[in-house]
Amino acid sequence: MAAPAPSIGALFQGFLIIGLSGFGGALPHARRLIVERRGWLGAAEFAELLGLCQVLPGPNMVNLSVVIGRRFHGAAGAAVAFVGLLAVPMVVVIALGIAYRIAPLPVAAKGAMAGVAAAAAGLMLGTGLRIAAPAWPHAGRLGVAALAFVLLALVHLPLIWVLALAIPVSLLVQRCLVQT
Amino acid sequence: MTLLGELALRFMLLSMVAVGGGATVLPDMQRMAEAQGWLDPATFASYYALTQCAPGPNILVVALVGLHVAGIAGALAASAGMLVPSSILAYFAAAGWVRFGDAPWRKQLAAALLPVVGGLIVAAGVLIAEAAALTWVSLAITASVALLSVATRINLLLLLVGAAMVGAVAFQPV
Repeated sequence: MAAPAPSIGALFQGFLIIGLSGFGGALPHARRLIVERRGWLGAAEFAELLGLCQVLPGPNMVNLSVVIGRRFHGAAGAAVAFVGLLAVPMVVVIALGIAYRIAPLPVAAKGAMAGVAAAAAGLMLGTGLRIAAPAWPHAGRLGVAALAFVLLALVHLPLIWVLALAIPVSLLVQRCLVQT
Repeated sequence: MTLLGELALRFMLLSMVAVGGGATVLPDMQRMAEAQGWLDPATFASYYALTQCAPGPNILVVALVGLHVAGIAGALAASAGMLVPSSILAYFAAAGWVRFGDAPWRKQLAAALLPVVGGLIVAAGVLIAEAAALTWVSLAITASVALLSVATRINLLLLLVGAAMVGAVAFQPV
């Protein structure tokens, strides 16, 4: 399934596309391109690296660009992916921010923004469901995913506590599954 | 300390507790910006909505906070504080992660992380939905986009454009 490693140019171009299409958050677009379209990483390895990036401090998507860039081309790959992801969107966001402070938005644009915000939430939900999909057939793993979800979204526990609770539980579940 | 140094430092400290990523650290960021007297919650929310409608990771909202406080230099200082130190850390952590290669504990940890990550990303989706005002229209958009993105291979940008058009027509001025 996994295609040959991307060249450094392809890596830059891929993250440029992810950054440019990252309306409503870049992660859903990143998974679509890296796993489903280009096949640079399998679904399992993508989820593993994303898991690593979540446990590490800092924004996930930016961490992910560094980690995936490094995976294929070391320090140069990390730098290229980081810049590819961020440089153009940064300029666009700053330009939009300046425009936003100069001119108030028309009502229709506000409505469109609200629509995009709602869709962004939907994309994030869909990506989470896809990542959790391998856990589906196992009641224990599904329970772990549900636990992490409830603690963060409904109990509103700080993330560090969610991880401190959910990871040990998941390790335990994992051990039980291996033994049976 | 200069304002630019303050921006870089505050966002660097925030990035170091931003375990789990962008959406989960938003409440902390908004409180910090308010406590510093930089901007009020409503302005913060509209900046976040703006980054969602712009390309790139939503964490670029830090650039807008920096812009608001100290202009373009502020945007760059805040972004550098938020993004650079954590990226360097991620680089070396990934090197360590790979070095342990096929160690059994690492494989177990990777397998254990997978369902946790799935649950957290779904939770982030809910947090993002809550950050926008919840209405029947927004819920319908969120649910149908989630469904279509899971069940089909439809272009994600098409979904966002569709949602923008529905939003422009359906959301009433407040």
